[in-house]
Amino acid sequence: MIPWFVWGFVLTLLAGLYYGFFVAPPDYQQGESYRIMFVHVPAAWMSMFIYMVMATSGAIGLIWRIKTADLMASVSAPIGAVFTFLALVTGSLWGKPMWGTYWVWDARLTSELILLFLYLGFIALQASIEDPRNAARAGAVLAIVGVVNIPIIHYSVEWWSTLHQGATVTKLDKPSIHISMLIPLLLMAVSFKLYYVASALMRARGEILRREQNSRWVKEIVTGENTVGEVK
Amino acid sequence: MSVSEFFHMGGYAFYVWSSYGLVAVLLIWTFFSPIFSKKSIIKELKMKYRQQERQQQESAPEA
Repeated sequence: MIPWFVWGFVLTLLAGLYYGFFVAPPDYQQGESYRIMFVHVPAAWMSMFIYMVMATSGAIGLIWRIKTADLMASVSAPIGAVFTFLALVTGSLWGKPMWGTYWVWDARLTSELILLFLYLGFIALQASIEDPRNAARAGAVLAIVGVVNIPIIHYSVEWWSTLHQGATVTKLDKPSIHISMLIPLLLMAVSFKLYYVASALMRARGEILRREQNSRWVKEIVTGENTVGEVK
Repeated sequence: MSVSEFFHMGGYAFYVWSSYGLVAVLLIWTFFSPIFSKKSIIKELKMKYRQQERQQQESAPEA
Protein backbone atom coordinates (compact mmCIF):
# COMPACT_ATOMS: atom_id res chain seq x y z
CA MET A 1 0.00 0.00 0.00
CA ILE A 2 2.91 2.34 0.69
CA PRO A 3 3.93 2.71 -3.00
CA TRP A 4 0.47 4.08 -3.83
CA PHE A 5 0.81 6.85 -1.31
CA VAL A 6 4.38 7.56 -2.37
CA TRP A 7 3.34 7.88 -6.02
CA GLY A 8 0.41 10.07 -5.07
CA PHE A 9 2.76 12.19 -3.01
CA VAL A 10 5.33 12.56 -5.81
CA LEU A 11 2.73 13.39 -8.45
CA THR A 12 0.93 16.02 -6.37
CA LEU A 13 4.30 17.38 -5.26
CA LEU A 14 5.53 17.81 -8.83
CA ALA A 15 2.24 19.40 -9.85
CA GLY A 16 2.34 21.67 -6.80
CA LEU A 17 5.93 22.73 -7.49
CA TYR A 18 5.15 23.36 -11.15
CA TYR A 19 2.15 25.54 -10.36
CA GLY A 20 3.96 27.14 -7.45
CA PHE A 21 7.07 28.15 -9.36
CA PHE A 22 6.00 28.49 -13.00
CA VAL A 23 2.31 29.32 -13.08
CA ALA A 24 1.69 31.43 -9.98
CA PRO A 25 2.81 35.03 -10.55
CA PRO A 26 5.09 36.89 -8.14
CA ASP A 27 3.26 38.60 -5.29
CA TYR A 28 2.65 42.32 -5.78
CA GLN A 29 4.09 43.11 -2.35
CA GLN A 30 6.45 40.28 -1.52
CA GLY A 31 7.86 39.48 -4.95
CA GLU A 32 9.24 35.97 -5.26
CA SER A 33 9.81 35.43 -1.55
CA TYR A 34 6.18 34.47 -0.97
CA ARG A 35 6.84 31.16 -2.77
CA ILE A 36 8.04 29.90 0.61
CA MET A 37 4.33 29.85 1.44
CA PHE A 38 3.80 26.72 -0.65
CA VAL A 39 5.82 24.68 1.82
CA HIS A 40 5.34 26.81 4.93
CA VAL A 41 1.54 26.81 5.08
CA PRO A 42 1.02 23.10 4.25
CA ALA A 43 3.71 22.20 6.81
CA ALA A 44 1.93 24.30 9.43
CA TRP A 45 -1.43 22.71 8.55
CA MET A 46 0.15 19.26 8.83
CA SER A 47 1.68 20.12 12.19
CA MET A 48 -1.82 20.72 13.57
CA PHE A 49 -3.54 17.97 11.59
CA ILE A 50 -1.07 15.30 12.73
CA TYR A 51 -1.39 16.52 16.31
CA MET A 52 -5.16 16.05 16.13
CA VAL A 53 -4.69 12.56 14.65
CA MET A 54 -2.22 11.77 17.42
CA ALA A 55 -4.48 13.03 20.20
CA THR A 56 -7.59 11.38 18.74
CA SER A 57 -5.95 8.02 18.27
CA GLY A 58 -4.38 8.39 21.70
CA ALA A 59 -7.85 8.93 23.15
CA ILE A 60 -9.26 5.95 21.23
CA GLY A 61 -6.41 3.81 22.55
CA LEU A 62 -7.03 5.07 26.06
CA ILE A 63 -10.77 4.41 26.04
CA TRP A 64 -11.17 1.30 23.93
CA ARG A 65 -7.70 -0.18 24.39
CA ILE A 66 -7.10 -0.55 20.68
CA LYS A 67 -3.44 -1.29 20.05
CA THR A 68 -3.53 0.02 16.47
CA ALA A 69 -4.67 3.41 17.76
CA ASP A 70 -1.74 3.56 20.19
CA LEU A 71 0.58 2.58 17.38
CA MET A 72 -0.88 5.30 15.14
CA ALA A 73 -0.28 7.91 17.84
CA SER A 74 3.34 6.98 18.41
CA VAL A 75 4.34 6.72 14.75
CA SER A 76 2.66 10.05 14.03
CA ALA A 77 4.59 12.00 16.65
CA PRO A 78 8.01 12.19 14.94
CA ILE A 79 6.44 13.09 11.59
CA GLY A 80 4.35 15.81 13.23
CA ALA A 81 7.42 17.12 15.01
CA VAL A 82 9.29 17.36 11.70
CA PHE A 83 6.43 19.29 10.08
CA THR A 84 6.22 21.63 13.07
CA PHE A 85 9.95 22.24 12.89
CA LEU A 86 9.72 22.88 9.14
CA ALA A 87 6.81 25.29 9.61
CA LEU A 88 8.86 27.22 12.17
CA VAL A 89 12.09 27.30 10.16
CA THR A 90 10.51 28.09 6.78
CA GLY A 91 8.44 30.77 8.53
CA SER A 92 11.60 32.15 10.01
CA LEU A 93 13.30 32.18 6.59
CA TRP A 94 10.28 34.00 5.22
CA GLY A 95 10.13 36.37 8.17
CA LYS A 96 13.69 37.58 7.78
CA PRO A 97 13.25 39.27 4.38
CA MET A 98 9.63 40.33 5.00
CA TRP A 99 9.51 41.33 8.66
CA GLY A 100 13.21 42.02 9.09
CA THR A 101 13.64 39.36 11.78
CA TYR A 102 14.01 35.59 11.96
CA TRP A 103 12.06 35.36 15.16
CA VAL A 104 9.64 37.37 17.22
CA TRP A 105 7.78 36.31 20.38
CA ASP A 106 4.46 36.72 18.68
CA ALA A 107 1.37 34.69 19.64
CA ARG A 108 1.31 32.58 16.47
CA LEU A 109 5.02 31.79 16.53
CA THR A 110 5.10 31.10 20.25
CA SER A 111 2.09 28.78 20.19
CA GLU A 112 3.59 26.87 17.25
CA LEU A 113 6.82 26.53 19.21
CA ILE A 114 4.81 25.14 22.13
CA LEU A 115 3.35 22.62 19.69
CA LEU A 116 6.88 21.49 18.84
CA PHE A 117 7.62 21.05 22.56
CA LEU A 118 4.40 19.05 22.97
CA TYR A 119 5.54 16.68 20.22
CA LEU A 120 9.02 16.38 21.70
CA GLY A 121 7.55 15.87 25.17
CA PHE A 122 5.29 13.13 23.83
CA ILE A 123 8.23 11.38 22.13
CA ALA A 124 10.46 11.68 25.20
CA LEU A 125 7.71 10.47 27.54
CA GLN A 126 6.99 7.41 25.42
CA ALA A 127 10.68 6.64 25.07
CA SER A 128 11.16 6.79 28.84
CA ILE A 129 8.48 4.21 29.64
CA GLU A 130 9.39 0.65 28.76
CA ASP A 131 5.98 -1.00 28.90
CA PRO A 132 4.17 -0.10 25.65
CA ARG A 133 0.73 -0.06 27.34
CA ASN A 134 1.82 2.40 30.00
CA ALA A 135 3.77 4.47 27.49
CA ALA A 136 0.70 4.71 25.28
CA ARG A 137 -1.50 5.72 28.20
CA ALA A 138 0.87 8.42 29.47
CA GLY A 139 1.45 9.75 25.97
CA ALA A 140 -2.27 9.86 25.23
CA VAL A 141 -2.97 11.93 28.36
CA LEU A 142 -0.23 14.40 27.41
CA ALA A 143 -1.50 14.60 23.82
CA ILE A 144 -5.10 15.16 24.91
CA VAL A 145 -4.18 17.92 27.34
CA GLY A 146 -2.07 19.55 24.64
CA VAL A 147 -5.05 19.76 22.25
CA VAL A 148 -5.94 23.02 23.99
CA ASN A 149 -3.02 24.56 22.11
CA ILE A 150 -4.49 23.83 18.66
CA PRO A 151 -7.30 26.42 18.67
CA ILE A 152 -4.85 28.84 20.27
CA ILE A 153 -2.54 28.45 17.27
CA HIS A 154 -5.38 28.80 14.80
CA TYR A 155 -7.04 31.85 16.37
CA SER A 156 -3.84 33.46 17.69
CA VAL A 157 -3.76 35.82 14.73
CA GLU A 158 -7.25 37.06 15.59
CA TRP A 159 -7.13 37.06 19.38
CA TRP A 160 -3.87 38.96 19.69
CA SER A 161 -2.42 41.58 17.47
CA THR A 162 0.41 39.72 15.84
CA LEU A 163 3.00 40.25 13.19
CA HIS A 164 1.83 37.08 11.51
CA GLN A 165 -0.81 37.65 8.88
CA GLY A 166 -4.35 36.35 9.25
CA ALA A 167 -5.85 33.29 7.58
CA THR A 168 -6.41 33.56 3.86
CA VAL A 169 -7.75 30.07 3.18
CA THR A 170 -9.14 28.39 6.30
CA LYS A 171 -12.03 30.65 7.06
CA LEU A 172 -15.75 30.48 6.49
CA ASP A 173 -15.68 33.39 4.08
CA LYS A 174 -14.37 33.07 0.55
CA PRO A 175 -10.58 32.58 0.51
CA SER A 176 -8.84 35.92 0.01
CA ILE A 177 -6.01 34.35 -1.94
CA HIS A 178 -5.94 34.35 -5.71
CA ILE A 179 -6.82 31.09 -7.43
CA SER A 180 -3.42 30.88 -9.16
CA MET A 181 -1.76 30.78 -5.73
CA LEU A 182 -4.48 28.67 -4.12
CA ILE A 183 -4.05 25.76 -6.57
CA PRO A 184 -0.36 25.07 -5.78
CA LEU A 185 -1.05 25.60 -2.09
CA LEU A 186 -3.79 22.98 -2.03
CA LEU A 187 -1.75 20.59 -4.21
CA MET A 188 1.12 20.83 -1.75
CA ALA A 189 -1.27 20.31 1.15
CA VAL A 190 -2.63 17.10 -0.44
CA SER A 191 0.93 16.06 -1.23
CA PHE A 192 2.04 16.45 2.39
CA LYS A 193 -0.99 14.49 3.62
CA LEU A 194 -0.11 11.57 1.33
CA TYR A 195 3.48 11.81 2.49
CA TYR A 196 2.31 11.59 6.09
CA VAL A 197 0.32 8.41 5.47
CA ALA A 198 3.21 6.76 3.60
CA SER A 199 5.72 7.82 6.21
CA ALA A 200 3.51 6.67 9.11
CA LEU A 201 3.07 3.26 7.50
CA MET A 202 6.85 2.98 7.05
CA ARG A 203 7.30 3.63 10.74
CA ALA A 204 4.51 1.28 11.75
CA ARG A 205 6.22 -1.72 10.14
CA GLY A 206 9.23 -1.61 12.44
CA GLU A 207 7.24 -0.51 15.44
CA ILE A 208 4.86 -3.48 15.21
CA LEU A 209 7.78 -5.91 15.30
CA ARG A 210 9.11 -4.24 18.42
CA ARG A 211 5.76 -4.22 20.19
CA GLU A 212 4.78 -7.75 19.28
CA GLN A 213 8.23 -9.21 19.92
CA ASN A 214 6.84 -11.88 22.22
CA SER A 215 4.37 -13.16 19.68
CA ARG A 216 5.10 -16.20 17.58
CA TRP A 217 4.64 -14.59 14.17
CA VAL A 218 7.26 -11.93 14.85
CA LYS A 219 9.69 -14.60 16.01
CA GLU A 220 9.05 -16.59 12.85
CA ILE A 221 9.64 -13.56 10.65
CA VAL A 222 12.77 -12.47 12.46
CA THR A 223 14.44 -15.86 12.72
CA GLY A 224 13.26 -16.84 9.25
CA GLU A 225 11.77 -20.15 10.38
CA ASN A 226 8.56 -21.25 8.78
CA THR A 227 8.11 -18.00 6.96
CA VAL A 228 4.65 -17.79 5.52
CA GLY A 229 4.34 -14.13 4.74
CA GLU A 230 6.63 -11.50 3.39
CA VAL A 231 9.89 -11.08 5.28
CA LYS A 232 10.78 -7.50 4.61
CA MET B 1 12.16 34.09 -17.51
CA SER B 2 15.73 32.83 -17.85
CA VAL B 3 17.24 30.03 -15.78
CA SER B 4 19.48 32.35 -13.79
CA GLU B 5 16.57 34.67 -13.16
CA PHE B 6 14.60 31.71 -11.88
CA PHE B 7 17.31 30.68 -9.42
CA HIS B 8 17.79 34.29 -8.39
CA MET B 9 14.17 34.40 -7.11
CA GLY B 10 14.02 38.17 -7.33
CA GLY B 11 16.83 38.50 -4.80
CA TYR B 12 15.30 36.09 -2.30
CA ALA B 13 17.25 33.06 -3.51
CA PHE B 14 18.81 32.29 -0.14
CA TYR B 15 15.51 32.30 1.75
CA VAL B 16 13.47 30.46 -0.87
CA TRP B 17 16.01 27.75 -1.71
CA SER B 18 17.09 27.09 1.85
CA SER B 19 13.41 26.67 2.80
CA TYR B 20 12.77 24.21 0.00
CA GLY B 21 16.11 22.47 0.54
CA LEU B 22 15.46 21.94 4.22
CA VAL B 23 11.96 20.62 3.55
CA ALA B 24 13.38 18.19 0.98
CA VAL B 25 16.18 16.95 3.23
CA LEU B 26 14.02 16.46 6.31
CA LEU B 27 11.14 14.81 4.48
CA ILE B 28 13.48 12.36 2.76
CA TRP B 29 15.30 11.60 5.99
CA THR B 30 12.05 11.14 7.92
CA PHE B 31 10.76 8.77 5.27
CA PHE B 32 13.81 6.53 5.07
CA SER B 33 15.02 6.53 8.68
CA PRO B 34 12.52 3.81 9.78
CA ILE B 35 14.27 1.39 7.40
CA PHE B 36 17.41 1.60 9.51
CA SER B 37 15.56 1.38 12.79
CA LYS B 38 13.62 -1.63 11.51
CA LYS B 39 16.87 -3.35 10.62
CA SER B 40 18.28 -2.71 14.07
CA ILE B 41 15.08 -3.95 15.71
CA ILE B 42 15.29 -7.19 13.71
CA LYS B 43 18.94 -7.58 14.69
CA GLU B 44 18.13 -6.96 18.35
CA LEU B 45 15.26 -9.43 18.33
CA LYS B 46 17.35 -12.08 16.61
CA MET B 47 19.86 -11.83 19.43
CA LYS B 48 17.11 -11.92 22.02
CA TYR B 49 15.49 -15.03 20.57
CA ARG B 50 18.85 -16.79 20.29
CA GLN B 51 19.55 -16.01 23.92
CA GLN B 52 16.15 -17.33 24.93
CA GLU B 53 16.78 -20.57 23.08
CA ARG B 54 20.17 -20.97 24.71
CA GLN B 55 18.65 -20.44 28.14
CA GLN B 56 15.97 -23.02 27.40
CA GLN B 57 18.57 -25.55 26.30
CA GLU B 58 20.65 -24.97 29.40
CA SER B 59 17.75 -25.36 31.77
CA ALA B 60 16.27 -28.37 29.99
CA PRO B 61 18.67 -31.12 31.22
CA GLU B 62 18.26 -30.06 34.84
CA ALA B 63 14.50 -30.40 34.71
